[in-house]
Amino acid sequence: MIPQLPPSTIPTQDEELRLEVREFARRYVAGMAPDARARSWMGFDAEFSRQLAARGWLGLTLPREYGGKGRGHFARFVVVEELLAAGAPVSAHWIADRQSGPLIAKYGTDAQKRFYLPKICNAKAFFCIGMSEPNAGSDLASVGTRAERAPSGWRLNGRKIWTTNAPRSHYIIALVRTSGAPGDRHKGLSQMIVDLKLPGVTVRPIRDLAGDAHFSEIFFDDVELSDDALIGAEGAGWEQVTAELAFERSGPERLYSSIVLFEEWLACLHRRAQSGAQIDGESVALAGRFASHLAVLREMSIAITHKLEHGESPVVEAALVKDLGTELEQLMPTAITDALAQNPDEAVDAPLARTLAYVGQVAPTFSLRGGTREILRGMIARGLGLR
Amino acid sequence: MIDSVLTDAVEQFVAGRCTPARVREIEAQPGGEGARELWNEIENSGFGDALVAESHGGGGLGLSDAGTIAMACGRHAMPLPMALTMPVRAALAVEGDVPRGPMTIVSGPAVNAENPIVVTAAPYGLVADWVLLSTPRIDWLLSTRDAEREPSGGHGSLAADIRWPALPEDAVRLRRGEGAATPWRATAAAFVAMQMAGAMERLLEMTIAYANDRSQFGKPIGKLQAIQQQISVMAEQALAARAAALIGLAGEGARVDPLRAAIAKARAGEAAVAVAAVSHAVHGAIGVTEEFDLQLHTRRLLEWRGQYGGETYWNRILGAALIDGAAPPLEFVQNLAAIP
Repeated sequence: MIPQLPPSTIPTQDEELRLEVREFARRYVAGMAPDARARSWMGFDAEFSRQLAARGWLGLTLPREYGGKGRGHFARFVVVEELLAAGAPVSAHWIADRQSGPLIAKYGTDAQKRFYLPKICNAKAFFCIGMSEPNAGSDLASVGTRAERAPSGWRLNGRKIWTTNAPRSHYIIALVRTSGAPGDRHKGLSQMIVDLKLPGVTVRPIRDLAGDAHFSEIFFDDVELSDDALIGAEGAGWEQVTAELAFERSGPERLYSSIVLFEEWLACLHRRAQSGAQIDGESVALAGRFASHLAVLREMSIAITHKLEHGESPVVEAALVKDLGTELEQLMPTAITDALAQNPDEAVDAPLARTLAYVGQVAPTFSLRGGTREILRGMIARGLGLR
Repeated sequence: MIDSVLTDAVEQFVAGRCTPARVREIEAQPGGEGARELWNEIENSGFGDALVAESHGGGGLGLSDAGTIAMACGRHAMPLPMALTMPVRAALAVEGDVPRGPMTIVSGPAVNAENPIVVTAAPYGLVADWVLLSTPRIDWLLSTRDAEREPSGGHGSLAADIRWPALPEDAVRLRRGEGAATPWRATAAAFVAMQMAGAMERLLEMTIAYANDRSQFGKPIGKLQAIQQQISVMAEQALAARAAALIGLAGEGARVDPLRAAIAKARAGEAAVAVAAVSHAVHGAIGVTEEFDLQLHTRRLLEWRGQYGGETYWNRILGAALIDGAAPPLEFVQNLAAIP
């Protein structure tokens, strides 16, 4: 009833990937300003993704026969945490590598796997997620986008929203209704892979409060899809999307959204200490507090990776660690702002100030994307046997 | 790796011997027969010698296994320093004879042999036969037989101010072998963090059971979203505390790493506040009564939080290492993993 997260460790052969990835990522981002690096999995750079693919660092969890590396979740954990810690612009391939690829590998037909997976592994197919709609957010089962049988296969109508990277992606995997009405909830839902270049697909970018336009609204107007647009079984969309969200929630990116800010702030404290200045006790304790949280979350994340590696689907554990992780991610900009502002006479370096401003502005999204805090806590409660 | 056979055996032993009735009895009469009897049972079990090397007649277990024992002590509100005795005995066994009896750990100022020795708020001071007194230059083992002891804590606390008129004749001066001295405060903090993790796990179980059992508005209160969200937070904190405590007792050999102990004690302390608060909030008034067992655990949990350094103390140690070292934070925490 109470979830268990026994400690685990990253196998040596996966740990061996680390230094090379770290060196490559740090070199690639060397010229980038910290507030650009802080965008990390919102930072789109197709060239960077292609260079990762060339080094064999995409599709680590995907089967070899479809162009993947067949290495498993720990290898991906190592690569991902180094890329995120460096603030590398991983957004282009991020969703495909994290969840669309594994989804296709798990539920796709052989033809679908042959078509999509090699492209994902080569950074030639970027994916986005079609879950939320204007009237279906946390209540995902109420989606109204509908695919109906048509001579060619399916005809798709409706719209999706908050879709990250839609203008620059090749495909969307959309959760749609294939039978029944929204009142039928979990029944009658299916997942469709839609080529975003098809006639009838319109993408409208949405600008956010930080000046970026990473997410968008997508309109489907009589989009003609072939039979093989359906991924997995017709009517099994809810079960599939739940599995997909477990991939989405279980990775180390749920701890590291503010790590570039943390590192920049620490570097600033280090420089001040080196110059002979006394660092105030509150800042020292705060740095320690971040470290104690980070160390613990990383252990929990490794424990979840162990479960994924052994074929388990740690849905409740992943929700729990994501909720805790996003709390730390949100604490960092809040508390660093106060630590820096405790002495108004002390100048703050502009790059650090801009990084802090950016992270502070987008921090509310950390506990929205991939399932809101309240939804996650509801899932945890169910896992604990409370309903 | 933590051995599940050991976990089960320890849990069975501690749950069987350390019942709520005995906890209450020992709290009411710390110097009474109840404490003596329970300690004899612990002595006979051999768990007190878990960390002593096999070549010295002990259990030869590692720190993480000893952590399993400390966690069970936390789960069952153990009113004796069963957990703290383990590392003290391991250190003594290297030197020679190990006296019997419960042992606690205290840090204090340097001892002057002619002057009285005073330690304040010694955890388990009312029930310990021996005090490992760690001073800046020397570690002493002092018998409490001829010491004056005054309760220093709140109701039910086993902490004491202890005064020795002079250095006892049978005081043992621990040799500090090669290498650095044992970091006794960190060692105690790491073991207490594990007890805290055990207490939090128990409180979570009790709180879930109560929420499913207690009905208001025509249904179990565990069906109310407001309650569910709070208990989810409690579960998150309890699991984080456990992961932190496992880091605290990881490392090479039998020596506690002070930076790992810092993570354990700071994180467990932070979690303790939320866990104790939610457990009481969900239980309502029954949770603060003498007769209901909840208080046996929350009182201890919050007392442990303040012992051997709190969150700010340990976070400053971590923060100073982080700022001095200048390694990126990810590399810093990678070097402090639960399984090195």
